[in-house]
Amino acid sequence: MKPGFLSKNPSVLWFLAILACFTLVITLLSHAYGPGVISTSMVKTLGKTLCLCLIAIAMDLVWGYTGILSLGHFAFFGLGGYMIGMWLMYERTRDIVLASAGDFPMTQQEVRDAIGTQIFGVVGGSDLPAIWTFAGSLPMQLLFVVLVPGLLALIFGWLAFRSRVTGVYLSILTQAMTLALSLYLFQNESGLRGNNGLSGLQNIPGLAADQDHSSVWFLWASAFALALGYVLSAAIVSGKFGSVIRGIRDDEARVRFLGYPVEGYKLFVFTLTAVIAAIAGALYYPQAGIINPGEMAPIASIYLAVWVAIGGRGRLYGAVMGAFFVSIVSSWFTGGRVPDLPLGFYTVKWVDWWQVLLGLSFVLVTLLAPKGLSGLVDLLAHIRSPRRGGTPMGPDQGSLQQEEARE
Amino acid sequence: MSTGAGAATLLEVSGISVSFDGFKAINNLSFSIGRAELRAVIGPNGAGKTTFMDIVTGKTRPDEGSVLWGPMSTNLLKRNEAQIARAGIGRKFQKPTVFEDQSVTDNLMMALKAHRAPWRVLFWRAGARDAARVREVAEQVGLAEQLPRKAGELSHGQKQWLEIGMLLAQEPQLLLVDEPAAGMTLAEREQTTALLVALARDHAVVVVEHDMEFVRRLDCKVTVLHEGSVLAEGSLDHVTADKRVIEVYLGR
Ligand SMILES: Nc1ncnc2c1ncn2[C@@H]1O[C@H](COP(=O)(O)OP(=O)(O)O)[C@@H](O)[C@H]1O
Ligand SMILES: [Mg+2]
Repeated sequence: MKPGFLSKNPSVLWFLAILACFTLVITLLSHAYGPGVISTSMVKTLGKTLCLCLIAIAMDLVWGYTGILSLGHFAFFGLGGYMIGMWLMYERTRDIVLASAGDFPMTQQEVRDAIGTQIFGVVGGSDLPAIWTFAGSLPMQLLFVVLVPGLLALIFGWLAFRSRVTGVYLSILTQAMTLALSLYLFQNESGLRGNNGLSGLQNIPGLAADQDHSSVWFLWASAFALALGYVLSAAIVSGKFGSVIRGIRDDEARVRFLGYPVEGYKLFVFTLTAVIAAIAGALYYPQAGIINPGEMAPIASIYLAVWVAIGGRGRLYGAVMGAFFVSIVSSWFTGGRVPDLPLGFYTVKWVDWWQVLLGLSFVLVTLLAPKGLSGLVDLLAHIRSPRRGGTPMGPDQGSLQQEEARE
Repeated sequence: MSTGAGAATLLEVSGISVSFDGFKAINNLSFSIGRAELRAVIGPNGAGKTTFMDIVTGKTRPDEGSVLWGPMSTNLLKRNEAQIARAGIGRKFQKPTVFEDQSVTDNLMMALKAHRAPWRVLFWRAGARDAARVREVAEQVGLAEQLPRKAGELSHGQKQWLEIGMLLAQEPQLLLVDEPAAGMTLAEREQTTALLVALARDHAVVVVEHDMEFVRRLDCKVTVLHEGSVLAEGSLDHVTADKRVIEVYLGR
């Protein structure tokens, strides 16, 4: 990064400052480092929310900037979670096995067998499948967090972009990919415990600290990853690369006639964002404690698009605002803490009606405030937008609409 | 036969045909242009002028025929749009197509001759040279004052100029210019002809235009297209004297 990057992108400084303050305040109010005003479960919720903000940035890169409406990025998020989950579960089970053996000496093979029985007893198996070969090695599983989703995205993207699948068809294809992956993982034969998924992930092997402390550490790690992801993405979109991908979003044929290999750019962005999503997932699931194939259901990826749309696409902070706001409000509503709304003839239970509310606000934002929540920032900064005829900014389906593009 | 400085052939199109749902838009068309030559292509609406450019730039695949490029006679039909553009063919579209959401500077920077691969572009930063070149091109097309503005805010004529500027910034060997004068004032048209004539001193330039006055000012060899094939070729006076040309085009 050259000097001048931050001065040209003041929003990056603002973002980092706000994120740092947020993290500091939560830390000082937590059980571990303060009076405990904020419960440990709340700290976990906030930490998870930061991970969702990170995947929202990935979504904004791929959809808001490049115009590829991927409805499959939660598949990569989930895969990242599974990869780290395998290590967490294996190591923890190993500790338990060794502890229960006491002084009784066990061979390597006996330990492995015992771990296999412990982990797979629930699905009626006892052998560790081949994909668990490296589960005992943290570096290997960390590598897989990046490699497995990255390779999947690379192969999928290569096939899809090479045959120039775009628009709605590409979105459907990405949905099919997530659906296929989650259905596959639901099977016991997949070797990842079928619908039971992986559990007990909140216990970090080799870490003596209690949940009060480890939850705050995970909050820090999530905040750090989010900061890194934000700066990296801002650097990418601020240069000529950003110019090219925004060109692809609005009019990809035109970009081709300038000599840019459009498919290569799409593949690059798709794969990079898949990796970002996977890293977000690898930080999320240790805080959630459990991962199962239901997490990769097609609807999750659709929600992701809704967050970004509500936040305002084509702006990184918009994606973060959308993900943060919607998931916090959502966990408030679905947590059963919101009082029911008695209408006399019918009682609105928010746990059930929250989704309707979300869908409605999505429609309203799209119609009335195309720039989403990030439009509020413009209001605060007194940015006035030039008026122009109300047309899309380019012929492609993913192109920014004129209302969105105002600055 | 091309004339004078442009003797070496740069682009050689022979016997191409293409049909859309049975309708023959291009019919056994042959065309060639030299390294430094200006050529006007005229013809009534639907004659296939734009489709011809689509074929040369790789947007449309012909059913038959060949398109050969450069001293090595590279077969362009085996290449995609981006590769053809990188080989040195630049194009200005009939309807001005610029990146409306981006500033004039960004539009020109994107067009500027440089590496096109994602990895190279990711680490590319505009140097003083690039900024100077962008400014130079902007001045050439009269947009120096508009550099920070969003392209979408420009007038129709200014967008035309911006697209011409992008074409210049690409530094292609062959420029395909589709109806550049549309939406321009008389003074701007004169400026455009002057620019095209100057460019043709060391580039191959193909201009599609409807306006006869414009073509006359270009003062170059003219190719008349009709129903997808070449009807006549030669000086403007020569083709306008041609009976069939008068019949299908000028007579109306
Ligand atoms: N993609 C296409 N599909 C079907 N018909 C087309 C297509 N492109 C061009 N045509 C037809 O081919 C003919 C030639 O079009 P065009 O090259 O645009 O003419 P010109 O630029 O000379 O006015 C027209 O009749 C047009 O309708
Ligand atoms: Mg035309």
